Amino acid sequence: MYVAVKGGETAIAATHDLVAQARRGNPYVPEIGVKQIREQMKLATARVMNEGSLYDEDLAALALKQSQGDAVEAAFLMRAYRTTLPRFGSSQPIDTGAMAIRRRISAAFKDLPGGQILGPTYDYTHRLFDFTLAADGHVPAQVAEAAQPLDVSMPRVPDILGDEGLMEAEVAPQGDPAPTDITRDPAEFPAGRDTRLQMLARGDEGFLLGLAYSVQRGFGGNHPFAGEIRMGEVAVSFCPEELGFEIEIGDITLTECQMINQFTGSSDVPPQFTRGYGLAFGQSERKAMSMAIVDRSLKARDFGEGASYPAQQEEFVLYHCDTIEASGFVEHLKLPHYVDFQGELELIRKIRREQEERRAKAAATREGVEA
Amino acid sequence: MDDFRANGNQKEARAFWIGVLARASLKELRAALSLAQVELPTVDVVKAAETGTLMLEARAGGGGQRFNTGEATMTRCVVRYGETLGFSYALGRDKDKAMLAATLDCLLQDEERRGHVMSKVIQPLADLQRRKRETESRRAAATKVEFFTMVRGD
Repeated sequence: MYVAVKGGETAIAATHDLVAQARRGNPYVPEIGVKQIREQMKLATARVMNEGSLYDEDLAALALKQSQGDAVEAAFLMRAYRTTLPRFGSSQPIDTGAMAIRRRISAAFKDLPGGQILGPTYDYTHRLFDFTLAADGHVPAQVAEAAQPLDVSMPRVPDILGDEGLMEAEVAPQGDPAPTDITRDPAEFPAGRDTRLQMLARGDEGFLLGLAYSVQRGFGGNHPFAGEIRMGEVAVSFCPEELGFEIEIGDITLTECQMINQFTGSSDVPPQFTRGYGLAFGQSERKAMSMAIVDRSLKARDFGEGASYPAQQEEFVLYHCDTIEASGFVEHLKLPHYVDFQGELELIRKIRREQEERRAKAAATREGVEA
Repeated sequence: MDDFRANGNQKEARAFWIGVLARASLKELRAALSLAQVELPTVDVVKAAETGTLMLEARAGGGGQRFNTGEATMTRCVVRYGETLGFSYALGRDKDKAMLAATLDCLLQDEERRGHVMSKVIQPLADLQRRKRETESRRAAATKVEFFTMVRGD
């Protein structure tokens, strides 16, 4: 248990100055600007927005600058800032079907309506260093532009198979209820899909990646297909009470992943493909894919698969996937636990003392007998 | 019926310009205003620009059960010009832009001034946004790929 301590103000003030200096690094090297981070470290700001559960690219860039690039510390800054803001309401459910697509691929279907769009991806790079970036930076003078833009809307791949009834349907429950909100009410178990998806969406990318990997390697038995991954801009719509009609208040970048999993089937339900869903802020493919795999593995209960593996146990997954909670509990161990430790020390000393006394007594008795 | 439809169209038009203003940056907005030589009225601030969050909802699988996917920062502002209330709502934290957009919402509700502001400010900004989106889309379209499945030689 952590017991509050007093004092140390001077040392703490000094460490604040010291960390500011460490953050700045060599003063002869130009300082990095928040705008530079926002524009040139987009995949890093996306992760900070996801785990900070707050979409704001400028704030995410500032958080990364302030935390010297520590994504977890940066996400913590986002969460802390969020608590100071009033909540104006909820958006209309985002329509990813109307996304202005910049990337859209399917590993399951070669020829899909709308086409496969590689977009900006590292997938087909050779992972060799580009040393020109260390020199002057190489930007192609012009990027290719097709004569025609992409289709305005493209069908989501699982919906194509859904028409044939081969795909588990994703339909809103009766009455299309408002979702639970774990920022207002603590999660309850067994958790509904809405709770699970919200917690996964703000979950740690590394943790979810590891769990997704475990599922693929056999600790859960789902070998999925990437049915579709799409990335691009979607409109955010909101209906302010004082206006009384719906308006769009801007666009955000999202990555969506639809995983298709091997068929299940029971005496009542014919075999069909099942689905896992991932959605993440920014271009965050690894996160969206991991989330989709773990979303599917957490449906174990719904499909009567039992929960034999870690990735299928929702309390294990959901209670431990939050970056801020996990790092808070692990890292609080650094804070003074002097009183606690003093108590433990006293206890150990007492036990040892008693043990030694018992030994001495037993030895004395033995000597008495032998004599 | 006619009234209802007129009302409906007015809402649609207002939703359109609020959306365009929300997507414009402060810099773009100021540039468009100075180019169009729009004189801004002095307005009363009813609700000063305030930043808060909007919870973003999405649907499982894209079309299924609703869930909260995370929040976004958002700024809103309300001003009054005569009898007219002007509102602005936009993602982000730009309070100067919120004030300017709310003032423009007042002007755009004024039938005498709407035409000029629509054609000289809103429409050019909307065109800019559309062109930007189309360029992005054409760049993405240039990465459209045809994969061929190799036939196994057995």
